[in-house]
Amino acid sequence: MTINEKQDEIIDEFDLFDDPLDKTQYIIDLGKKLPPMPEKYLTDDNRIMGCQSKVWLGAEKQGDTVHFYADAEPTAQISKGLISLLIRVLSDEKAEDIAKADIYFIDKVGMGNLVTSRRAGGLAAMLAQMKAYGQIYAANPA
Amino acid sequence: MQTATDILDIQRIRADFPILDQLVNGKQLVYFDNAATTQKPLSVLQAISGYYGGYNANIHRGIHQLAEKATSAFEATRQKFQEFLNARHLEEIIFTYGTTDGINLVAQSYGRRFLNAGDEIIISTLEHHSNIVPWQMLCEEKGCILKVIPIDDNGDLLIDEYEKLLSERTKLVSVVHVSNALGTINPVKTIIDKAHAAGAVVLIDGAQASSHITLDVQALDCDFYSLSAHKLYGPTGMGVLYGKKALLEAMPPYRGGGEMIKEVTFEKTTYNDLPYKFEAGTPNIADVIAARTALEYIEGLGKENIAAYEHELLVYATEKLSQIEGLRIIGQAREKVSVISFVLDGIHHQDTGVILDQLGIAVRTGHHCTQPLMRRLGVAGTSRASFAVYNTREEIDRLAQGILRVQKMMM
Repeated sequence: MTINEKQDEIIDEFDLFDDPLDKTQYIIDLGKKLPPMPEKYLTDDNRIMGCQSKVWLGAEKQGDTVHFYADAEPTAQISKGLISLLIRVLSDEKAEDIAKADIYFIDKVGMGNLVTSRRAGGLAAMLAQMKAYGQIYAANPA
Repeated sequence: MQTATDILDIQRIRADFPILDQLVNGKQLVYFDNAATTQKPLSVLQAISGYYGGYNANIHRGIHQLAEKATSAFEATRQKFQEFLNARHLEEIIFTYGTTDGINLVAQSYGRRFLNAGDEIIISTLEHHSNIVPWQMLCEEKGCILKVIPIDDNGDLLIDEYEKLLSERTKLVSVVHVSNALGTINPVKTIIDKAHAAGAVVLIDGAQASSHITLDVQALDCDFYSLSAHKLYGPTGMGVLYGKKALLEAMPPYRGGGEMIKEVTFEKTTYNDLPYKFEAGTPNIADVIAARTALEYIEGLGKENIAAYEHELLVYATEKLSQIEGLRIIGQAREKVSVISFVLDGIHHQDTGVILDQLGIAVRTGHHCTQPLMRRLGVAGTSRASFAVYNTREEIDRLAQGILRVQKMMM
């Protein structure tokens, strides 16, 4: 599935909910299922500096794709849920596709304010960092 | 016995604040972020548009009618703040851009002129970053030493420890009147008296206190008092620094420009008298004018009535929120204004804020610009509900229900 197909799939899932609280509940439930991040990536270097919750991102080149690991502090469940969506869309994709991806699903599902505003604490920065990894690996394929 | 709820007609007051009557995320707005900024009554909005629509002109030097009118309105606000603070002299009222600006004025003007290497400045654990960083900058430049009054677990200052910090090296004490994060009302009169006995001058950060507590700078005997109009139902970008005349006269201006001069030649400039020597450049005329209207609004309701009503809300909210299992109120000082900070077991304050917002309830979450205080209390941040005169018990009920909803969603 391409990055855009995955985004469209998420948009369809969220279309089932009319009430924003139901969307939030869905994100919380996704967050609960986010696999824990391998210990070796939970470093200060991988910490995405944001405003309110602590968030980490690690990346690994696997063949010609990039695999992402990410997590938030245990109580930050909405952040965890949003992270799981970003990973679903961008992880295990080709570096150059990640670098040039147009991420539109966040706004379409009505969660733009959670990712772009200060209160989201680092998630806009996380998306930027994922794309930066895509650029770095695309430029250095070895 | 008659209560403040009986005296004040809250529904009529709410009608003065058109912003309150709106849906947020499809729900009636509950605005509980008053410690960040209060909403503005219609009369304040009209004062701003009245100036721009009717007599917009630059002040003080214009000879024409509009300039005269603008100057009179501008200076009338100074007089109003003199009354509001019970300052002895009109020229002790300096217009600033807000509390932070006033603190920086004192740090940069008084501090740079009168403090030297080895001198000590005392602040407290409860301070907002705006009453920490300006002093750290001064310490870095001048080699002064910053000392911090500790607190107990309830959020009360340890006055015994404060006494131990005071010495002949103490040159300045700068403490917050009311904690923005916890609502603690500090015993500022005691703090001021003890500082004076040690020979130090005292600045009080009044950002949070000014809308809740009747102020009398002469009775307090503080040397400086800084506040913001936007926490007083007035506009943003406007504040007042009160300073004792003798001190202000001895202090050099720290911003140069128009308005603050008597005469300029390329060889030398002589400075204007108080208060103008600290008001360089065209000031925030519209907001200064509207700030007077905000004070008149408070006066109309009666500050004691407002304080009593807000206290009733605080008591009601404390009782209501204390009943919620898994909720811990952070900050249970002996005396508080209408601020409740809380944490929910196992739930990030950011998530609490997001869900409450979806329920139409505006609270503040995070460290409230008091990171050292949060560290002392062992929390990363809190959710904070802060009440103003237009809030109601029904809104507090909605907050309590909202918190239960947050807990349920996170289970």
